[in-house]
Amino acid sequence: MTVPSVARDSRAERSSAADPDHTQAPPVLAVRGLWKVFGPKADSVVGSTLPRAELKARTGCVAAVRDVSFEVRRGEMFVVMGLSGSGKSTLVRCLTRLIEPTAGEILLDGEDVRRADERRLRELRRHRIAMVFQHFGLLPHRCVLDNVAFGLEIRGVAKPDRYARAREVIGLVGLGGFENSYPDQLSGGMQQRVGLARALAADPDVLLFDEPFSALDPLIRREMQNEVIRLHREVGKTMIFITHDLSEALKLGDRILIMRDGELVQVGTPDQVVGAPADDYVRDFVSDVPRSHVLTLRWIMREPQPGDDLDGPVLGPDVVIRDAVRAVLSAERPVRVVDGERLLGVVTSAEILEVIAGEQR
Amino acid sequence: MTAVSVAAAKAPARRHLLLVVLAAWVLGWVVLRGRDTLALGGAELTPLHTALGEGMDAVDDSRNSNPFFLYFVNYIRLFIDEAVTFVQALISQPSFGRPVPVLGWLGVTGLAAGIALLYGNRRVALLTAAGFLSFGVLGLWQESMDTLALTLTAVALSLAVGIPLGVWAGLSDRFNRLVTPVLDFMQTMPTFVYLAPLTLFFLIGPASATVATMIYAIPPAIRITAHGIRHVSHETLEAGASLGATAAQSLRHVRLPMAKQTIIVGVNQTIMAALSMATIAALIDAPGLGQTVLKALQTLDVGTAFNAGLAIVIMAVVLDRVTSAASRRVEAERRAGRLRSPRGRRLEVAGVLGVAGVLGYLSYTYVWAAEFPAEANLGSYVRRAADAASVWVQDNLAAYTDAVKNLLTNALLNPFEALLTGSPWWLVAAAAVAVALLVGNVRAAVVTAAGLAALVLLGLWQDSMVTLASTLVATVLVMILGVVAGVWMGRSDRADTVLRPVLDAGQTMPAFVYLVPILGLFGPTRFTAIIAAVVFAAPVAIKLVAEGIRGVSATTVEAATSAGASTWQLISKVQLPMARSAVTLAASQGLIYVLSMVVVGGLVGAGALGYDVVAGFSQHQLRGKGLAAGLAIVVLGIVLDRVMRAATQRADAASHGGAHRTSHRN
Ligand SMILES: Nc1ncnc2c1ncn2[C@@H]1O[C@H](COP(=O)(O)OP(=O)(O)OP(=O)(O)O)[C@@H](O)[C@H]1O
Ligand SMILES: [Mg+2]
Repeated sequence: MTVPSVARDSRAERSSAADPDHTQAPPVLAVRGLWKVFGPKADSVVGSTLPRAELKARTGCVAAVRDVSFEVRRGEMFVVMGLSGSGKSTLVRCLTRLIEPTAGEILLDGEDVRRADERRLRELRRHRIAMVFQHFGLLPHRCVLDNVAFGLEIRGVAKPDRYARAREVIGLVGLGGFENSYPDQLSGGMQQRVGLARALAADPDVLLFDEPFSALDPLIRREMQNEVIRLHREVGKTMIFITHDLSEALKLGDRILIMRDGELVQVGTPDQVVGAPADDYVRDFVSDVPRSHVLTLRWIMREPQPGDDLDGPVLGPDVVIRDAVRAVLSAERPVRVVDGERLLGVVTSAEILEVIAGEQR
Repeated sequence: MTAVSVAAAKAPARRHLLLVVLAAWVLGWVVLRGRDTLALGGAELTPLHTALGEGMDAVDDSRNSNPFFLYFVNYIRLFIDEAVTFVQALISQPSFGRPVPVLGWLGVTGLAAGIALLYGNRRVALLTAAGFLSFGVLGLWQESMDTLALTLTAVALSLAVGIPLGVWAGLSDRFNRLVTPVLDFMQTMPTFVYLAPLTLFFLIGPASATVATMIYAIPPAIRITAHGIRHVSHETLEAGASLGATAAQSLRHVRLPMAKQTIIVGVNQTIMAALSMATIAALIDAPGLGQTVLKALQTLDVGTAFNAGLAIVIMAVVLDRVTSAASRRVEAERRAGRLRSPRGRRLEVAGVLGVAGVLGYLSYTYVWAAEFPAEANLGSYVRRAADAASVWVQDNLAAYTDAVKNLLTNALLNPFEALLTGSPWWLVAAAAVAVALLVGNVRAAVVTAAGLAALVLLGLWQDSMVTLASTLVATVLVMILGVVAGVWMGRSDRADTVLRPVLDAGQTMPAFVYLVPILGLFGPTRFTAIIAAVVFAAPVAIKLVAEGIRGVSATTVEAATSAGASTWQLISKVQLPMARSAVTLAASQGLIYVLSMVVVGGLVGAGALGYDVVAGFSQHQLRGKGLAAGLAIVVLGIVLDRVMRAATQRADAASHGGAHRTSHRN
């Protein structure tokens, strides 16, 4: 399928249209040329272009993250996706130096995280960035309230204050009434809500999630995904979300970064990733996705032809195809895709059916 | 693949070579019997022994002049002596100008039961009260309290040293690498041999006894604490770090609380090890129940030994149950959550302490609560009953016990001992090195050669060979028991539920206690010593074998069964071969345990090195020889341990090597 150039960055434009700050504001987080190499003489491996297996055989080193650069905007839900072993966990841990990066630059609101001394780094972890873990990482000997208040306790907040704040976030994640339960008395989903509340308690600017729902069963996972979407809307935090599940990435992400063997393969909005995969790896990845659920009209509209009637119904360019099917098929004339006053193109049953027929294959 | 088949082809060749070596040895023995056997009479000394004795005397003389003693050792000795004396003053010895200790039987029993209630539960509190009362009933109140005082002091010091070191070893890989071999050595060193050198530094008495006990009790404290600290969930630690916890905060709020239950298990192990050693330290004059047992053993007074042994067993059971209950409580409390309010807990603590305080006050003030009433002393009945039982057994079962004794002595022990002691030393040495090379590797052979040379130099060749013969025979018996009972236990859940508590109990008993009933059965001979060693070592071996059998994959067993294998074929062709490395491990552990009973065996007629060590304690002119005998035991231990380890490695390589290779290629 050919990609109309106008369609680039559709979601980003959409959100920037909604909130003009975004385009101008500097990114919350900027990562440039990040490397993490495990093994002896890690420094000397930085810059190497050997494939992972060969590198391992020659030097005994594993390049878990190689030369990754990206920026995360304020308030964005940024998803990092890749298969097991692609280096996602390593990448996200490098951001707060839970794993020490080997090379590169990490700027948090313009401040170089790699230059921070120990004290400053603790400050950043205590106030600016919090993390949610795959297996929750709760303290089994503490009740929910004390688990959630743990981060505040560590930074020396007085007991009444930290309990008040902890109760507040426990309510926010829907765990009210379980303050005095212990982790092993809770289901997996509830435990992860505790993990979420603990991260939120410090009121950080950025939340990191390392495959937070992989250990949960599918129903609970869906419920928790909706919970995160709700929280994202309510608290408006910047979130970096790791997953190996494409549907989760498409569902949550404003933008998605795809990794393979430690390298960045593509960054883009969900419809870019599905509509314009950067290479065969990504194409393979997204081949099972029902395109009509992800792509918008912008992706399938065509230039108006001389013979077209240009007085048909009007739809926006960011309407997902699935939602436009009925309107387009029932219209007698081509549907006009209009952004404000401007006519971008038209969509007819032919384009819609082509997409849907493609899914059946 | 080729390497595997080569190994497989080599195995029978090795076995044939081994037979050739043994045959050559026997042949040599027949021809050269009695020559170059390096025999040395019981009271005879070599120049080395005299020199060692003189050296020890010199150390004795310099005690108050040498700065090492003046500013270091003597202070430690004083501090420990004071600590033990203080605890004794509280519970066991007349003190502070009073004819009785500060706390009498009522106070101690009340306090002990109270502690058991607060940290454990009602059941163990009752058990504790009953146990402590039984010390009085057995007529051994003061002796029991002396043992308890020594044990508690040693435990307190061991934990004060062991837990911080354990935390350190848990946090630092470097420190862990540093202490592990030291702990290995402390734990493989036969228990009794460091008693003699210790008395050289800390004199005979409580300080030496406490230090000896600590040497034995600290390793489990360090190891288990380190294990607990090390194995805290990685993600939880990361979660702490991601919230900005400092190293100290992460230790205090994450590692220590999460390792708490494991650390209490370590405390339990430390207490049990300390009690065991505190009774054995009677050999260097530690006060308490061990003394009573020791004196009774020396006069072959089975009744008294049994009575005191019973008190030791009761103390072991009480201490074990209370600390186990405490560790379970940590877990239970966590699960129960906040059901019990802190206020309720505080009330409970106050109530229990109040009652204990009243009892303590009574026992401080009134004689009836301080000295255990003589009318309730039933010790003499127990002694007489045990005596009667022993006499009856010896009269009526003598036919059977003698049959067993004679069979094993004549069929196994005598020929083997004759071979080891009757051959020229160089022939034994050559055969031993060859065996080490064949079952182990070159390094094991080198260690063997060096060790045997050391035995010759120590002037204790023949005694070492006698001890070696008994040790090996005992190990063979341990392995027969271990394989039979271990296979049974590993295959049958019912056998497991029946045997496991017995074995656990056996392992928590102080080593001394075994001697008593066995002495009653077999009288004072080397055979008694062998059986005591077997009883001491069998539980470990059985458990290890059972674990190995259980570890054999269920699918493999199923496959063999579905192929029509009989039970016997299943055991001999599938389960035992697959558990081979567990069996070898059981053998090497069993051997170490047997060896650590050598000195105890010396008390009941085993002779040889054990006797030399014991005689060294009691007769001044034999000190040097005793020290040399202790060294000889250590040397034997190191040699046997190395050879067994090399053999274990070989077995491991043989049973896993093939699998590794194939999985690598895939
Ligand atoms: N501490 C370490 N030492 C050596 N290699 C490591 C270490 N941690 C990770 N790796 C290697 O780095 C690579 C990336 O690992 P990482 O855990 O980041 O992957 P991931 O994408 O999070 O995978 P998953 O989905 O399984 O969590 C893997 O090949 C892994 O083996
Ligand atoms: Mg991961």
